[in-house]
Amino acid sequence: MSAPTLERPAPDEAALQEQFDATIAADHRIEPRDWMPEGYRKTLIRQVAQHAHSEIIGMQPEGDWLLAAPSLRRKSVLLAKVQDEAGHGLYLYSAAETLGADRADLTDKLIEGKQKYSSIFNYPTLSYADVGVIGWLVDGAAICNQVPLCRSSYGPYARAMIRVCKEESFHQRQGYELLMTMMRGTPEQRAMVQDAVERWWWPTLMMFGPPDEHSPNTAQSMAWGIKRHTNDELRQKFVDMSVPQAEVLGVTLPDPELEFDPETGHYRFGQLDWEEFKRVVGGQGPMNEIRLARRRAARDDNAWVTEAATAYAEKHAEHEGAVA
Amino acid sequence: MAHEETVYEALSNAHDDEGHWAFGTGFDEPLAGVDTTVPDGIDPADLGAYCLMLGDDALVLAQRLTQWITNAPELEEEVAIGNIGLDLLGQARLLLARAGSVGVLGRSRELATDSIPDEDALAYFRDADEFRNTALVEAPNGDFARTMIRLLVAASVRLAVFVRLRDSRDPVLAAIAAKGVKELTYHRDHAARWVLRLGDGTEESHRRAQDGVDAVWPLLGDLFTATDVETRLTAAGVAVDPADVRAEVREVLSQVLERATLRMPDWPADAPPRGRLGEHGPELAELLDTLQGLARQHPAATW
Repeated sequence: MSAPTLERPAPDEAALQEQFDATIAADHRIEPRDWMPEGYRKTLIRQVAQHAHSEIIGMQPEGDWLLAAPSLRRKSVLLAKVQDEAGHGLYLYSAAETLGADRADLTDKLIEGKQKYSSIFNYPTLSYADVGVIGWLVDGAAICNQVPLCRSSYGPYARAMIRVCKEESFHQRQGYELLMTMMRGTPEQRAMVQDAVERWWWPTLMMFGPPDEHSPNTAQSMAWGIKRHTNDELRQKFVDMSVPQAEVLGVTLPDPELEFDPETGHYRFGQLDWEEFKRVVGGQGPMNEIRLARRRAARDDNAWVTEAATAYAEKHAEHEGAVA
Repeated sequence: MAHEETVYEALSNAHDDEGHWAFGTGFDEPLAGVDTTVPDGIDPADLGAYCLMLGDDALVLAQRLTQWITNAPELEEEVAIGNIGLDLLGQARLLLARAGSVGVLGRSRELATDSIPDEDALAYFRDADEFRNTALVEAPNGDFARTMIRLLVAASVRLAVFVRLRDSRDPVLAAIAAKGVKELTYHRDHAARWVLRLGDGTEESHRRAQDGVDAVWPLLGDLFTATDVETRLTAAGVAVDPADVRAEVREVLSQVLERATLRMPDWPADAPPRGRLGEHGPELAELLDTLQGLARQHPAATW
């Protein structure tokens, strides 16, 4: 990968930086051919790649229920959703490629553990209610995180996020609708939903990242317009949105400290287990190894397919060249 | 800014009216609003049995293809296989619902509660010996080459049948076929492109593709033998005699294999249609265990 900055004469750097700063200050978009500071480029590649990896690894927990979905309609809905996630991964890798990254290289970094993905996908899906809870809570949290990114200062990322958010919003409704149906079903189905909510609630709150005082990159990312709200702001927004939805559903969120504070207009909630967060992000979650092993197998076991496609394309490009 | 606000609003409006919030996600009966009257002179039991044959082929193949999801060679291929699986599931739902609409439900209706729709009673509450799919679709995937060879064969046969079924005297079947033709044309094209790339790609891919052809070919033997049901329905202008598509399918396959530099094995002799009569290998029982397990664990549940 080659950074365009290196191809330009150095003396202009100050002027270019000034222009970049003016674009950011005016809340306009930076586009792939524009000059950008190396830190901005690197931070964005990391952020977009991590997001793309999350979409692709995120296919697995729900994908584990594709073969066993309990009705043909649910099977179709779930297959369409998992397929959308592959599509999101594709747009996002493409956005990263506009910054000079390479998809195969990013995939290698994921598999080698050099780049991360959302820690939420390191938890197992134990019952079919998990499919609904992932839609409702995990996709709901993802939407809270991602909607502000539709205004990201980097044009290709912002545009990809608009499309991703629309589809995520549909997935969230589908998840909630599945839970509603299950809650109107048998006592076993209701118990499955309650159990799934209890297992996923806290890990979902951790999706917003560490508390603001421990999030060293936030200030720079906000100044660059590639992050629009702090982790704690988004977490609060999500809690405020989810509590009434849980009430309609008829489930109990597993937090005895959860309480509406009329003074602030927000819900107060209990302490998160940040030690667990560190363990899971650090690779010690229940499913980390399995998730990466499957991604690795998809790459390695099928490498011959990709090689064949490349060889075929080269052969036929030559033939066409010969005819012309 | 405006976009951000709208999306949040859509979410926080959720609790007012759950029905409204879940707009677009309600249950859609595959044959809702369709006149399912059986035209004169057609035996409903035969029609239902025929719909099961075509529906089970689609359901079982969709399940096999779905096994590739999260394991495919490329992300583009995850998307493509997802599309094909969704099309086949859609065809299966329509055909099973058609079988249910003429009262062909086998033992399934005794096991499934009334709130479970016919398509699911048939998919989830029949045992292997009541399934009417061919051996071709139930065989395990093997590697990606074998999967694409099998898809090429299955899509070629099904497309040839569906093209003719558009003129079926059963208007429901004719409509299902008309919709399916577009889908199957894409499936066949997608598989054929891969067979070309793999056959004419690297030494390894050529070897794997040839192995795939050699493994799939014996499964062609029973694809073109009509059951009594198909013979009667063909005479009644409802079904297609599979023997009538043999030459066309053979021509398509030989063209693709030749361009892919693959050797076409001897065409297998016609064999009795065992799968269509409910005789299956252990692979189908295993596939159904996974497909049906959860639904059967909770027979009183609706999803």
